[in-house]
Amino acid sequence: MELYNGPLDVKEIFGRWLDEQADSNYGAYIPFVGTIRAEDDIEALSFDIYEPVLQTWFDTWQEKAKALGAVVKMAHAKGDVPVHTSSYVSAVFSPKRRVALELIDVFVEDFKANAPIWKYDVKNGERIYAADRSTAMNGAGLLA
Amino acid sequence: MIKVEFLGPIGKAPLEMEADTLADVSIKLKEDSTLREWLEKCAVALNDTMVNDLGIVLKDGDKVSILPPVCGG
Repeated sequence: MELYNGPLDVKEIFGRWLDEQADSNYGAYIPFVGTIRAEDDIEALSFDIYEPVLQTWFDTWQEKAKALGAVVKMAHAKGDVPVHTSSYVSAVFSPKRRVALELIDVFVEDFKANAPIWKYDVKNGERIYAADRSTAMNGAGLLA
Repeated sequence: MIKVEFLGPIGKAPLEMEADTLADVSIKLKEDSTLREWLEKCAVALNDTMVNDLGIVLKDGDKVSILPPVCGG
């Protein structure tokens, strides 16, 4: 898992991951790129991350992938990420395509629902929590 | 004494309190009217592990983290 301040260098990350697995005999490499869209007059999105819980979440996914003979990877941005740049990339390597295609789907969806990352719109230099696009994590409301 | 920290957009400084269980933490946090709306939507981690049981017994030095709704990517 890789965390960066500001936008991701997508080509460098994907190229390096490809090189790292060059001799691993994986038949499939499925990358996913999340790019900040220009909408609602935002200048950027901004992100807070709680790294200890994110690392535990990611370690659990690495174990799930390993059990399928696959590898999951991800990188995410912290702080401001301007429109038309990338805040999130992930990828799955697997011996055959079916496992990687299915795993990238469930991995990215669980990431959206349970990775401890908070998103803010940046407008006129101000950070505004994206409350209406956010999802309560599993177990929410315990202390209510 | 345990520590309670509020993550992401909650924007509240950490608290220290005496609490034997997470149920005690719940009672004390609900005394703060600005937190009640957040608590309905927030998940909880104890020492950086997600938890879902109010009966968990706390010990001195434990860290309880309050995690509001997320949106990575």
